[in-house]
Amino acid sequence: MAGQLTVADIGKAYRFYPSRWARLSEWLAPGRPRHELQWVLRHVSFSVAAGESVGIIGRNGAGKSTLLKLITGTTQPSEGEVRVDGRVAALLELGIGFHPEFSGRENAFMTGQLMGVPEPDIAAAMPQIEGFAEIGRYIDEPLRTYSSGMQVRLAFSVATAFRPDILIVDEALAVGDLYFQHKCYARIRQFRAEGMTLLFVSHDPGAIKSLCERAILLDAGGIRVDDRPDHVLNYYNALVAERENAALLAPAPPALGAGMRSGNRRAVLLEVTLLADERPARVVRVGERVRLSIRFRKEKEVTDLTVGFLIRDRLGNDVYGTNTWHLGQKALREIPVGAIACVDCDIPALNLGPGSYGVTVALHSDLTHLEDSYDWWDNALVFEVVRGSETFFTGIAQLPGIEAKVSVRP
Amino acid sequence: MFGLVRDIWHYRDFVRGSIRREIATQYRGSLLGATWVLIGPTAMILIYTLVFSQVMRSRLAGVDSTFGYSIFLCAGLLPWTYFTESLGRLQAVFVANSNLMKKATFPRICLPVIALGTATFNFAVIGTLFLIFLLVSGSFPGPVLLAALPALAVQVALAMGLGMLAATLNVFFRDVGQAVTLALQFWFWLTPIVYPLGSLPGWAQSVLAWNPMAVLVAHYQSVLVYRRMPDLASWTGLGWVAALALFALWLGLATYRRRVGELVDEL
Repeated sequence: MAGQLTVADIGKAYRFYPSRWARLSEWLAPGRPRHELQWVLRHVSFSVAAGESVGIIGRNGAGKSTLLKLITGTTQPSEGEVRVDGRVAALLELGIGFHPEFSGRENAFMTGQLMGVPEPDIAAAMPQIEGFAEIGRYIDEPLRTYSSGMQVRLAFSVATAFRPDILIVDEALAVGDLYFQHKCYARIRQFRAEGMTLLFVSHDPGAIKSLCERAILLDAGGIRVDDRPDHVLNYYNALVAERENAALLAPAPPALGAGMRSGNRRAVLLEVTLLADERPARVVRVGERVRLSIRFRKEKEVTDLTVGFLIRDRLGNDVYGTNTWHLGQKALREIPVGAIACVDCDIPALNLGPGSYGVTVALHSDLTHLEDSYDWWDNALVFEVVRGSETFFTGIAQLPGIEAKVSVRP
Repeated sequence: MFGLVRDIWHYRDFVRGSIRREIATQYRGSLLGATWVLIGPTAMILIYTLVFSQVMRSRLAGVDSTFGYSIFLCAGLLPWTYFTESLGRLQAVFVANSNLMKKATFPRICLPVIALGTATFNFAVIGTLFLIFLLVSGSFPGPVLLAALPALAVQVALAMGLGMLAATLNVFFRDVGQAVTLALQFWFWLTPIVYPLGSLPGWAQSVLAWNPMAVLVAHYQSVLVYRRMPDLASWTGLGWVAALALFALWLGLATYRRRVGELVDEL
């Protein structure tokens, strides 16, 4: 059945030799191995049915790129077997084996020939390839003159000019601008409707959620979860949080964020956590209900104590900030010296746009920190917002419940 | 073995297209374009002819035409250049195409075929021009020319065998590429291309008889310069060189087949 993929107990190990001579001596005397094996992937098995869309997610070094190389056949497995039915087109990193000296047109022909397409068909498809890539007269210039955006536009255009049975996309689209990403996703969706199998690899859980009905989490060379995307997303969050927490068990004061601290330390911040579904999270969806938990200790007697937080976007713009004084929480005065207290801010809907955000937290007196700053922690927490199932939008603010109505004037 | 041939056949469009692209790249961006394919060897022939026949006043025994030395030189130099170019392109073929190999799936054997094909095209161009020159200057050998074909076939086999071996090994031990280049320099002077074999002392002639390229070049010279069928000794010589070439071909292909899976991991 065209478009079916089976991966059976595959593993990939790379050999490390102490020196070149060690490799030569091993070739000449095969009985005595002189290498060390490093397994980057082991005991991985799964099947993808024709027409299915599967996302592959995992941290850097989990083995995603290696798995793809094994599936496309550019490298051989050390163990196990890969069975692929039909034609595979892959976008691995930038460019599909493009030759920098040849022109875009020549590279397109070469890629088409590699895919087994007869030359007249490639020539007939060239106008459409040029149209999608939108690189103008650069199509006849050597590839080394292209920007990375142009390369990926051409690569995607050529790879999808003839609908493959299985399409594999590996982070390649991240380089293009929004307009281009849109075109790509539109084409992918169209092919999916025609029954193409899709394997989508990404760091971005949101993209996986919108394109795939199934996700596989790879971690340290093995499959950890194989389930619906939102389940896998939760597991991914937990995995990331677990790693961070493991780092927290170190004796020194934990530094979740790399930010600077200042203040007279009459009250001290201990821990700042973002919780989704009662579990620590670093990745949350647009509009998700979250809780910001700020734990601190009052070291000395102070006249006033206010806990404040400020969310900033990745460029440092203020997104939202407030403090317990404005929120009307006066119970902070009652905290005895030496006690550990926790302020939990319940945020019913985190209506921020997708992106990376930092939370700066401060303990100070009264209204603002300008009076008396006890502990100011820049970027105490960094988290990421990813797309959920809401209507598509861009920007740092989600405006929920928008509707568009059309009326025609006679 | 037949698997390899079948793979190449399936990808013949890619092979054909790539050879065309390689050739186009040779003179891309130049003013003189395709003429450079001719200028290189022609210049080399002119220089050697000038140096040896005019400046050093060499004359060949048994040939008294004014072009005698030039034809003698070309008879050896053109096939030798074909040999060197084949081997040179082959030994670098996997390393030079590392990007393609890491990103695309195709039978890797296509790459050496493309390398050999490009060198063959270049040889065909200069070879044809040389034959036209022979015709025009009244020195065309006639039907005896066909006797050169078996030698050419043996040469191609030898180049392919050594080239595949070098190409595969070069991925793991980059010294191989350097060594081949160096070896070819020495090999050139150990082959009677620029000088006639007869001008060497007896002991040197017997030593050089073990040089497979010397056997082949003698064969070409017999056909093109002296315009006669090579003698029995020459054919016997061709016989053992052919055996050597087949062995080299087997060794090259066997090494390639053994290591092809690991190539990408090293590139």
